[in-house]
Amino acid sequence: MSVLTVENLSKGFGGVQAVAELSFSITEKRIHSIIGPNGAGKTTLFNLITGIYTPSSGRISLLGDDITGLPTAARAARGIQRTFQNLQIFFNMTALENVMVGRHLSLRPRLLPSLLRLPASARADRETEAQAADLMAYVGLGKWLDADADAMPYGALKRLEIARALAARPRLLLLDEPAAGLNAVETAEIDELIKRIAAGGTTVVLVEHDMKLVMGVSDHILVLDYGRKLADGTAAEVRANPDVIRAYLGAGAA
Amino acid sequence: MAEFLQFAFSGLTVGAIYALVALGFALIYNASHVINFAQGEFVTIGGMATVALMTGGGLPLLLAIPAAVMITALVGLALEKFAVEPAIGRPGGASVVTIIIITIGASIFIRGVVQVTLGKDFHRLPAFSGEAPIDILGARLQPQSLWVLGVTLLVVAALWWFFGRTRFGKAMLATSHNRLAAQLVGIDTRLVLLASFGLSAALGGLAGILTAPITLTKYDIGIMLGLKGFAAAILGGLGSGPGAIVGGIALGLAEALAAGYISSAYKDAVAFIIILVVLFVRPSGLLGGRSTERV
Amino acid sequence: MRRLLDARTGGLLALALIIALLPLILPNKFYYDVAIKTALNALVCVGLNLLIGYAGQISLGHAGFFALGGYASAVLTARYQWNGFAAMAVGMAGVGLLAFIVARPILRLRGHYLAMATLGLGIIIAIVLNREIPITGGPDGMTVPALRLGEWRLIGTTTWYWISGGVLLIAVWLALNLIDSGVGRALRALHGSEVAAETVGIDTTRYKVLIFVISAVFASLAGSLFAHAERFITPTEAGFMRSIEFVTMVVLGGMASTYGAVVGAAILTVLPQLLTKLHDYEHLAFGAVLILVMIFMPKGLVPTLQNRLRHLVGGQPR
Repeated sequence: MSVLTVENLSKGFGGVQAVAELSFSITEKRIHSIIGPNGAGKTTLFNLITGIYTPSSGRISLLGDDITGLPTAARAARGIQRTFQNLQIFFNMTALENVMVGRHLSLRPRLLPSLLRLPASARADRETEAQAADLMAYVGLGKWLDADADAMPYGALKRLEIARALAARPRLLLLDEPAAGLNAVETAEIDELIKRIAAGGTTVVLVEHDMKLVMGVSDHILVLDYGRKLADGTAAEVRANPDVIRAYLGAGAA
Repeated sequence: MAEFLQFAFSGLTVGAIYALVALGFALIYNASHVINFAQGEFVTIGGMATVALMTGGGLPLLLAIPAAVMITALVGLALEKFAVEPAIGRPGGASVVTIIIITIGASIFIRGVVQVTLGKDFHRLPAFSGEAPIDILGARLQPQSLWVLGVTLLVVAALWWFFGRTRFGKAMLATSHNRLAAQLVGIDTRLVLLASFGLSAALGGLAGILTAPITLTKYDIGIMLGLKGFAAAILGGLGSGPGAIVGGIALGLAEALAAGYISSAYKDAVAFIIILVVLFVRPSGLLGGRSTERV
Repeated sequence: MRRLLDARTGGLLALALIIALLPLILPNKFYYDVAIKTALNALVCVGLNLLIGYAGQISLGHAGFFALGGYASAVLTARYQWNGFAAMAVGMAGVGLLAFIVARPILRLRGHYLAMATLGLGIIIAIVLNREIPITGGPDGMTVPALRLGEWRLIGTTTWYWISGGVLLIAVWLALNLIDSGVGRALRALHGSEVAAETVGIDTTRYKVLIFVISAVFASLAGSLFAHAERFITPTEAGFMRSIEFVTMVVLGGMASTYGAVVGAAILTVLPQLLTKLHDYEHLAFGAVLILVMIFMPKGLVPTLQNRLRHLVGGQPR
């Protein structure tokens, strides 16, 4: 079944078409990758799917419902979560609190109980804290529970964003270059983490430059070039596609 | 008609002063993204220094004016050097609120200094060329108003030349568009920042001198003038030079017309009511561009 | 969490202790009055800090809300013989409603535009209070009847010392609760990264409006108490400089620190009293202090000192 369907999606900035007449669909419970050279429109696509940008034209639907006009927070409520290429960590909080914020949609904090710290509200808070701690352990950040976010190394912050996104229990998780800036060991760990997340029933869409990672984990790959679909298919199909070789791999390999 | 003209004259005069102050805000904002809440105090210094130089120092008006503009410019340079730069020069920079508090601290400090040295009284500067009003279609125009408008026009022309034709002016413009890129092509952005404080202080000082014969001057007249200049800068779109001029004139006219036709009691509120309405409808001001956030 | 809880109770106990013991060293009425003003300024700042320090939204117009609360109490009790507590509640509700109405368009704005809008709002309020002389008494201000609790007239500096101290303690407790809840985390999140906050499902506009309203209501309450404590109010309380004073207290004490807001309020209420000895040099010195603290302690006093202490003890951060 298709989780996400994108139809004829376009987005222009001034004269530049960042995404042009793009259509594709994402099937459930698999790992999808979107690849393409820099400026191919990958991050713009994520920003369109999450509602940070409004498209110039086209339609985005989630599980059959049109979400094109919805604000970002409403899309989150319907099950979309993401991470960011340039980290968007809450640096004014601890690591644990960052993940606790990810539970916002299920916690549904209310003002008066929070102000008065009523027992029910305090209990819900403690549960949230325990869940967040579990998630941090799950992504391998167990020893950073009490750390201030601004005191953590880059690699740990990348995972913190994943833990925060997972805290919302998303149907669809968009990961924007989760391995960028990581060394080989850390990349292998992210590789393993992505597989675990998908095995847990979350549909993952990955934007990534690390081809080894992409080819290794993806069930399905979409290749973009100048905002248009160049090819899609399995890793093997994409690798064999002459257009892809010419536009993408060829440029650097030749 | 005569009545309308009368209001329009006074609106244009006040508007030109607002425009000069607003230009000062825009200059500093462009160089550093700092809002200088001491901008109004430059106006105070200009007027008060001229008075002091004439009465205390015995200088003729013609010498006192350039000297007072110089003094104001020096205060602007000192403000940047000793209060703003130490804060934003630190690794990691300073938050908007921190800088706002620093410039507010500076404005209080400057008011304190003026009050201690020149007292709390109103002071008067003679009109530059007599006070016999000129009759235009039944409305009376003060000669000083012509000075205000004329000098403002000259300043605008000079700024236009400076930013369009001179090397340093272009460097300042480049810095406002992209600070990092400007640094990379070898522009000394710290010097640009320093110069922007000096220049906008000079503009403020000039505004204070021009208006002193009309409104009198006092150690604390800068507060309201500064706030209204800020409103004018926002109205025109923060950082836009033409916007600052349009915003200043528009606020001045609106204020004078509202005071004349509606209620003089609420004259001071007009600028702020307009700015609130404009911000509600068009958050980036009249001439300001819309910005999209990059993620 | 355990430790956080302890820090909260510990801090509250310390504050309660200070409030309880301070009268031992307050020599006369004048100092009691300074203490009352300190507590009421601190009340405004605790609320304002939720907005500025935690949610990261600036307001240069909170004196307007403070004065509106004060004048609601003053006008309703003096001119319409209302019960003081009813007037206070109506003031808070009215100010809350006003804040709610203007919040949505205002809080869409960012940075300097937001500063301008709140500044404008505050100035308009101040001008209205100055001009509507038949109602407010104009620039000369108006006297305010005593607050009555049944037959008991709440008057005198000692009584008001305990009232304002008690209210401040409750306000600090509420603020600490809020910050350490899901609501508080949402507020801090939108400060940290608005995009990320939206992405995890936080309706950031709703939260900004919420905290703007709460901080305005805090200010209104403080204004009402101030009016009854001083038995007099003038439009100066709504002025731009008063708004600046509140923001400065928050920033000086330390943004995103509730106790910092209290400390900032205490310093900037007491300091001018000390500086009056300098007579004409008062403003000059005040301005210089502001600049120096912001240059050398940009995070504010309490967080900076906390950090220094932490380094001295060599302990773990938090």
